[in-house]
Amino acid sequence: MTATALEISHLNKTFRTADTSTHVLDDIHLSLKKQEFVSIIGPSGCGKSTLLKIAAGLDIDYEGQVQLNGADVKGPSKEKGFIFQEHRLFPWATVEKNIAADLSLKNDEVRHKVDEMIELVRLKGFEKAYPKQLSGGMSQRVAIARALLRSPQVLLLDEPFGALDAFTRNHMQESLLDIWRQNQTSMLLVTHDIDEAIFLSNRIVVMDARPGRIKAVIPVDLTYPRNRVGVPFQQLRTQVLGALNHVEAEDVSYEI
Amino acid sequence: MTGKERTKRFLLGALIPVAVLVVWQLAVVNGLVSRQLFPPPTSIFRDFYDMLMSGELPHHLGISVLRAMIGFFVGGGLGLLIGLGSGLYKRAEQVLDPTIQMLRTVPLLAITPLFILWFGFGELSKILLIAMGAFFPLYVNAFLGVRNVDSKLFDVARVLEFSRFHQLTKVVLPAAMPNILLGVRLSLSTAWLCLVVAELMGADQGIGYLIQDARSYMRTGVVFVGIVIFAVVGKLTDSLVRLLESRLLQWRDSYRG
Ligand SMILES: Nc1ncnc2c1ncn2[C@@H]1O[C@H](COP(=O)(O)OP(=O)(O)O)[C@@H](O)[C@H]1O
Ligand SMILES: [Mg+2]
Repeated sequence: MTATALEISHLNKTFRTADTSTHVLDDIHLSLKKQEFVSIIGPSGCGKSTLLKIAAGLDIDYEGQVQLNGADVKGPSKEKGFIFQEHRLFPWATVEKNIAADLSLKNDEVRHKVDEMIELVRLKGFEKAYPKQLSGGMSQRVAIARALLRSPQVLLLDEPFGALDAFTRNHMQESLLDIWRQNQTSMLLVTHDIDEAIFLSNRIVVMDARPGRIKAVIPVDLTYPRNRVGVPFQQLRTQVLGALNHVEAEDVSYEI
Repeated sequence: MTGKERTKRFLLGALIPVAVLVVWQLAVVNGLVSRQLFPPPTSIFRDFYDMLMSGELPHHLGISVLRAMIGFFVGGGLGLLIGLGSGLYKRAEQVLDPTIQMLRTVPLLAITPLFILWFGFGELSKILLIAMGAFFPLYVNAFLGVRNVDSKLFDVARVLEFSRFHQLTKVVLPAAMPNILLGVRLSLSTAWLCLVVAELMGADQGIGYLIQDARSYMRTGVVFVGIVIFAVVGKLTDSLVRLLESRLLQWRDSYRG
């Protein structure tokens, strides 16, 4: 875990309309090492999604530098897998066709890789199911498989489990860890769930709002799989909460 | 639905038509209404049978279906292509849509005399009329279909690096398919309607001609046969498209078929 996969430096983002301009991201520096798992946590509206979209190349209207493996990010590409909060599967396509997407299942190599992915996200038996027949967790797993099939260097996840119930969410976090360890992809996860961030990541980036800036970076030096009820986990939770509260306390003072 | 229930529903639905036919037959047989104007159902059926056996009916039906099909494919095809084009490209919309919307308000029946003046009673004026009728429903619905595509799915296509071609075939077309199929249904029924108009205005072949010809010889039974054929073929094509819909749109959440 030494080489850098994603490097964001001096990033500033301002949304401009005819008569307003909102400074959303302020001088963000963030680097994601190869095979590293980093979570971003922060109050709603602090610019987490904006940051992730910029990293994905979905939004290229910013100041600063975003590089993947030393090359400037100029637009979206398969190297940067993106998982949206809603699964965004194609409703007219079956699970296997969603995963294959623009590739043809008639191609043996594609067929083989799709089957492998279905195995990885544990959806065997659902190859021919339509999205309407899947639960939220299953749909999100299909979306992850669709991204992973393209062997991305980084996987960018924008609150992927936010809409799931607590039980499914825990289960999905474990699946994601599994997938990460098998696939060795770098992960950048946006979440509003402190436990999720601690359970999954090597580092937690705490963000502040208006304008969005990085307030703290908290390393998580616990071995996997992590025990959610252990003392070290509790201590980290207190630490992250402290950083977040600090952010929110300042937030209040902004409003007075 | 169980078989028994289905039979029951069919019988309930058939109750009124059968009653009408029976009353009609009895009324004619008993001399209550003119046999000339209301030939009894049995004699209409005989006319139908005779025309079927002599090959007269299949011949004229074939001509009519061919006309409707050519008109539908020309007009509907253009409507689909131009509708998709204006849906996809703002520029195309800005150039084409105002004119098309203007033309759409012109009643088709009002331009038939003009078509006849320009192109005579030949095939051209008929097919043009049918094509024009078939154009608008497909144009409007293809356009709407494209504009209803969830823009969030375009983000997905960008992240997955779909080619322009795949954006069209894997995102736009499937998403627009419900609207397109609705357009096909409406276009087909309009094409069929225009066919009736075109053939009744003057033709020497086709079901419409059959009806006009029978009218001038007071063969009312044949007129009835023609009308029923028009209705049945119209209904059949509609059912065909609906079958297509139920197969192509089984992914839809709301689909109840
Ligand atoms: N397209 C946009 N135009 C203008 N403002 C936007 C746009 N997208 C997001 N914003 C603003 O940027 C800020 C950050 O949004 P977002 O990145 O979605 O926050 P988060 O994901 O952390 O909740 C918000 O104040 C939001 O109103
Ligand atoms: Mg967000």
